[in-house]
Amino acid sequence: MKLIAQHTNCSGCGICRLVCALENFSEVCPSRAMLRIEGRFPAPGDYRIHLCDQCGQCAEVCPVEAIYLENGVYVIANDECTGCMMCVEECPRGVFFKHKHSEIPAKCTLCGACARACPREAIFLVENQQKEA
Amino acid sequence: MIYGYAGTILRVDLSSGEISKDPLSEEMANKFLGGRGFVAKILFDELPPNTGPYDTDNIFIAATGPLTGHFLPASGKTHFGTKSPATGGYADSNMGGHFGPALKYAGYDALVLTGQAAQPSCLFIDDDVVEIRSATPYWGQGAISCEAALKKDLGEDFQIITIGPAGENGVRFACISHDFGRQAGRTGIGTVLGTKNIKAIAVKGNGRLPVFDIDGAYRKGKEAYQKVYAKPGFKGWTPEGTAGITDWVNEVGAFPTRNFQTSQADHYRNINGKAVIEKLKITDKACFCCPTPCGKYGYTKTSLGSAYVEGPEYETIALFGGSCLLKSIEDVAYANYICDELGLDTISSGGVAAWAIECYEKGILTTEQVGKELRFGDLESVVYLLNSICYRKGIGDLLAEGVKVASERLGQGSEKFAIHVKGLEWTGYECRNAPAMMLAYMTADVGAHHNRAWVLGHDMTGSNANVHDLVTAGRTGEKMPKATLTGKPQKVIESQHTRPAFDALGCCRLQLMELGFEVENYAELYRLITGKEKSWDDIIKISERIWHLTRAFSAREIPGFGRHLDYPPPRFYDKPVPSGPNDGHCLTKAEIDTLLDEYYRARGWSKGGIPTKETLRRVGLDDVAEVLEANGL
Repeated sequence: MKLIAQHTNCSGCGICRLVCALENFSEVCPSRAMLRIEGRFPAPGDYRIHLCDQCGQCAEVCPVEAIYLENGVYVIANDECTGCMMCVEECPRGVFFKHKHSEIPAKCTLCGACARACPREAIFLVENQQKEA
Repeated sequence: MIYGYAGTILRVDLSSGEISKDPLSEEMANKFLGGRGFVAKILFDELPPNTGPYDTDNIFIAATGPLTGHFLPASGKTHFGTKSPATGGYADSNMGGHFGPALKYAGYDALVLTGQAAQPSCLFIDDDVVEIRSATPYWGQGAISCEAALKKDLGEDFQIITIGPAGENGVRFACISHDFGRQAGRTGIGTVLGTKNIKAIAVKGNGRLPVFDIDGAYRKGKEAYQKVYAKPGFKGWTPEGTAGITDWVNEVGAFPTRNFQTSQADHYRNINGKAVIEKLKITDKACFCCPTPCGKYGYTKTSLGSAYVEGPEYETIALFGGSCLLKSIEDVAYANYICDELGLDTISSGGVAAWAIECYEKGILTTEQVGKELRFGDLESVVYLLNSICYRKGIGDLLAEGVKVASERLGQGSEKFAIHVKGLEWTGYECRNAPAMMLAYMTADVGAHHNRAWVLGHDMTGSNANVHDLVTAGRTGEKMPKATLTGKPQKVIESQHTRPAFDALGCCRLQLMELGFEVENYAELYRLITGKEKSWDDIIKISERIWHLTRAFSAREIPGFGRHLDYPPPRFYDKPVPSGPNDGHCLTKAEIDTLLDEYYRARGWSKGGIPTKETLRRVGLDDVAEVLEANGL
């Protein structure tokens, strides 16, 4: 499974970020979200959705191998993470975050809550082969 | 901790630099909910009586509600309040966007600014860190340009409000700008920030909001979105947003043209919602958690220049495309852009420009006084006036005072077509054959604004249908019968309680008004989020309490306040509509008085329009009753 963005459908409402925090942390706290919406204003006047595409760069750079692939999703082993922040710094999409109220970083779990909640079909959760097709 | 709320009111004395964080009280949350309720309560309790709007002692408030920032449709509202530069009485103005949620996530339900900064300043809030910083590099910048500069300097994740040069220069109808195109436009709220030397407020919030039943609220939130998606208006209303109502308003003959001399525009198809989509739009632009974005961000190209701009929404279309008669949506959007950058309210600016052009046509203003010829339908005339107003150049110095003060100074009968109530310019609905909407404007607490009650649909069709259903049903442009007054005051009061309830809850009313999303959903969300049992009727009772409080505030603050300030401008009664579906109709002075008499009686106010002590006590405002009594009211 993968998350796919349809940038031109995005209106910047931020529902995706709020449900990301609700689904993964049971908190009304969008700053904990593991995706970003970038508003490009005043010009060119549009939005860009920044999603984890499970590229695995985080696992590559983790010095203690605390990030591993499980059922197509890169997962953080919280008890092994040292909080060195290499993953946050090296994430090519800028969607690996350490929240100020948390000791260790967090990443997209591919739960699909953002895609289900988006009112405008700007984020899709699709099978890998669908993306390739 | 109070579930649903951030729990703290942030206070900044700009004169001394003192910053304090006071706990929000349970009583405040229970009796006044939030948003508009907090604004009204804080103003009444804390503003030194008889402070002038431009005085250092005036208070500026930004307040959120219990639902702001939570997971439900369109929970992004922020309410601003102050003593009004427009009317001298109660003022508030709200906006969507993302600022209110950020303020709550930072830990604050409300922000109260007092005093005056010694130099141009920005207020910087990053969770617990609150600082007054120099704004010297930004002073003089346009409101949109300033936001772009601050985003660049501080980071994308700050939510920012700014004022433009109009706010710096004390224009009476300067607005607050946010998110490159959303504004708290009305009552001169940006003017007061300018008097305090505050160019911008930037907020970043990383905290979480306490929720009584987090799983229940999440589940109910998801259900609420599904219900909105199922409304016909979700797909039917959203594409054009508020601009989509233009055709209907024109067809029923309520579209203001030539400074409200007439009430239809032949060129309405050039300036309607369809034109916005076809000629301007780049993207839909939504407020926080809103599934039905009104914002249509786009690009306009005109003879005077081109610009990126959000909008225009219906009101801007009505005032610039209708009242000033600009011929194309591109021209309307360009005037909108100029207002946004200068930090001018498009509604009041359109009203002032139309009034000035009519003065010029009637010879009350001359080419020598103005510095150029003025014509309806001419973008150059409008842009010239807007720039003159912003920088108080030439005739702009007079016009910057708004139509009430400007017409009083200019005289020569110009007062008769200065379209305002209490000093606030009228918004986009002509009401000479719409008594409920007329009464709504007359009695709105901030002046002639539709935010408090929108009952035009009831006037024109007798139904309570939501806006999407009204517009979809359409009209044929047939001649309208003379309207009757029966039941109108009660209808206005009902609307004046329902719509402002959303301003207290801190979320947008448009899901209800435009789509028909049921109010019971909000009561249930409120219960799950706050843990407090309140039916929608209970919430309406709070809204009624706030209504009496804002009236009492104006009664205390405006010398000689009362009935005489609730009349519409003379153009709107005893002068029949000259053309269109309402041709020949108007309200008489006697009918206006009947409306006011019935309204005051239903409200529990005196014949002079002052809330009685019994009424104030009935709604739990005993302390307010005592203050009015002490003031001889």
